[in-house]
Amino acid sequence: MLKRPCLIFVAAALLFGGCTKQESAPSAGSNPAPRKILRYGNGAEPQDIDPHVVTGIPEARLLDTFSEGLVSEDPQMNIIPGVAERWDISPDGLTYTFHLRTDAKWSNGDPVTAQDFVQSYQRELNPAIGSEYAYMLFNHVRGAKDYYDGKIKDFARTGFQAPDPRTLVITLLQPAPFLLHAMNHYAWYPVHIPTVKKFGGLDRRSTAWTRPENYVGNGPYVLKEWKPNQIIVAERSPTYWDRAHVKIDEIDFYPVELADTEERMFRTGQLDITNEVPLTKLAVYRREHPESVRVDPYDGIYFYRYNVLRKPFDDVRVRRALALAIDRESLVKYVTLADEAPAYSFVPPNLLGYHSDHTFKADLAEARRLLTEAGYPDGKGFPRVELLYNTLEKHKTIAEALQQMWRKNLGVDITLTNEEWKVYMDAQHSRNFQFERSGWIADYVDPHVFFDLWETGNGNNDTNWGSPEYDRLLHSALSTSNNPDRFAIYQRMEKILIDEMPVLPIFFYTRARLVSPRVKGFYTTPIDNYSWKYADVVP
Amino acid sequence: MLRFIARRLLETIPVLLIIITATFFMIRFVPGGPFTAEKAVTPEILRNLEAHYGLNKPLYRQYLDYLGSLLHGDLGPSFKYPNRTVNEIIGDKLPVSLELGFISLAVALVLGLTLGVLAAIKRNTWIDYVCSSAAMIGICVPTFVLGPLLVLTFAIHFGWVNASGWYTPIDRVLPCLTLGCVYAAYVARLTRGGMLEVLNQDYIRTARAKGASETRVIFRHALRGGLLPVVSFLGPAIAGILTGSFVIETIFQIPGLGREFVNSAFNRDYTLVLGTVILYATLIIGLNLVVDVVQVWLNPKLKFE
Repeated sequence: MLKRPCLIFVAAALLFGGCTKQESAPSAGSNPAPRKILRYGNGAEPQDIDPHVVTGIPEARLLDTFSEGLVSEDPQMNIIPGVAERWDISPDGLTYTFHLRTDAKWSNGDPVTAQDFVQSYQRELNPAIGSEYAYMLFNHVRGAKDYYDGKIKDFARTGFQAPDPRTLVITLLQPAPFLLHAMNHYAWYPVHIPTVKKFGGLDRRSTAWTRPENYVGNGPYVLKEWKPNQIIVAERSPTYWDRAHVKIDEIDFYPVELADTEERMFRTGQLDITNEVPLTKLAVYRREHPESVRVDPYDGIYFYRYNVLRKPFDDVRVRRALALAIDRESLVKYVTLADEAPAYSFVPPNLLGYHSDHTFKADLAEARRLLTEAGYPDGKGFPRVELLYNTLEKHKTIAEALQQMWRKNLGVDITLTNEEWKVYMDAQHSRNFQFERSGWIADYVDPHVFFDLWETGNGNNDTNWGSPEYDRLLHSALSTSNNPDRFAIYQRMEKILIDEMPVLPIFFYTRARLVSPRVKGFYTTPIDNYSWKYADVVP
Repeated sequence: MLRFIARRLLETIPVLLIIITATFFMIRFVPGGPFTAEKAVTPEILRNLEAHYGLNKPLYRQYLDYLGSLLHGDLGPSFKYPNRTVNEIIGDKLPVSLELGFISLAVALVLGLTLGVLAAIKRNTWIDYVCSSAAMIGICVPTFVLGPLLVLTFAIHFGWVNASGWYTPIDRVLPCLTLGCVYAAYVARLTRGGMLEVLNQDYIRTARAKGASETRVIFRHALRGGLLPVVSFLGPAIAGILTGSFVIETIFQIPGLGREFVNSAFNRDYTLVLGTVILYATLIIGLNLVVDVVQVWLNPKLKFE
């Protein structure tokens, strides 16, 4: 009775399991044609590739592949032309006039026009789309917020104008000297309006226009194939204006979430570039394959957030004492391991030439003095403090190291609590925490990103801290049209942060990944954007 | 028998309704929602997003709306993947999990039954010790250890297969072997236990006394009774194996439903959580029914009641 089913199972096993590799594997490199293919580990499965809907980093990679904005950044962080071949800024810094190149084309051959940009921004500001990055537009552009809130119905009354197909005029609410850098964010990228209209219209959020069979983009690559959770294949665009400089024929994006799986795929040649490196393997790679390890600075800060309304962090002396009592050098050397820079200020080093003048330093004697002054000599009587972090081995290790330093240096006991990501984020945004691990990565390259954060009532401040003087300075910085004056204001703001210490800076991030020696010219910017134009692969 | 099946199927409806209701409300009461993210969404943007997905309606209204669309077979749009519906995601991922599950099940049965029967008929010999030890190791070694070990050996050291992925037929070998081995271990232990119990029964002695060959005794008479514990185990095991294994799918980068089942809860993708729970629940209920039918068929002492 049982023999027959068994035979069927054996046959099935042989059929599926015993086959040899005859199909052409997108990953196996068995393609005989001399095509240059780059295999890239892209982290999580992307939500979508609609720039007005998505929010994540894997999505940003894909959008930089399939789309292009008005301007771009070279590896040295200079603004270079994108769809706009040149632009003029009015003397008051309020009006930006972009002159679009005549050879900018969509992947179906249509020209990219100023009207495409205007209609794209209109779509992004349509409340029905629910774009999470709509604020990037309505925080800066005249009339955009009113349109978003339904106070004006006519989009022509906003600061987005297309006087002719090659000219786009954007009028701002106030000068935003970082606007061109901010425009490298995909929130400013255009969508192909006829395609969006064809598949559900301009006022629907979830439509099929981004499926490979429908998608039309204007970037250096076109979307050829998308197998969810398996692979996204990007093929060199035949219509991209700068196609002569695009060297790689095909980029295969693999959505691999586990760093260990990525590393194994790298070892077998299934990946040329990984998204990250397992920390436990970093030292081994550095020793045995230094040519494959790539560590780049990353504009982000790892910090602990105080809730300044909860005891004992309502006392600035306690906040400062904890900040002064940890050994950040040892932490980055022995715990985090990826060449992170210890943070003694609030802005990553050398951000567009901004260097923090006001920094603090580890000072154990001063920390103990502050704690005694606050009424906790040698930590005696220090209330129960719970440090909340999201469940991840790296955060746990860091928290344990710091917990030990505070215990040893100040006699203060901190309890560690971990929560799953959304529970932890919910606790943060509802300010239902006492002390919390946090991080912040810049959306675009400008110190403004790290100052804007601590404005009173900013949706991401979450410390309950605020300072009218700080807010006033932030607004005056925005109305300053040159960087030296603006940066001088930021220095004063940073001094306030050091004195008040609403958060505890720990280190500035880096980005470690494995890159095969066959990949050449792979550059990243400090926010880990890169144009695939510069990259090449050798067989 | 038909009456029995019909009655059980009718009982399924209230059970599923309870599961759907409990899941619907439990996931809503968990802290954090689909739009809770590191970068806070501004209040006006959040309002618009909630309006788009109908989350601004009273909860009971959302529940009734969901049941209404469920009756039409519509599991709703995914929150995490805006351009895909839950029906599409399940349609894409279920076949992969089925393939992974069926091959692994085949591996589990072939390996497990062979080891279990061998161990039982060669009881207390070195063969029994080897088979039982292998089964014990299989139970003790978790998939997240066995999987990477197999990858290290066959993908990295020998270079015979890819380290991960689900692109070519040969990519099925390591994940199916990993998942199959774990279940094979359970099958082997249950088979051995069941067989030993049956081999001591009077009717086996009678069969031997009547001169039946050992092969005939084992395969014709003993195996049928000896498999009863395995069959009970296989019901839930098949449901688990078919809806995929989160760990295996993550380690080997397999686009199956197991990952969606777990990740949807982390993402608070309400509709995808419900869709996968409904599917999983239906599979478990259905397979338990099949197991009950098969058990009556295998064991004449049982009756449909």
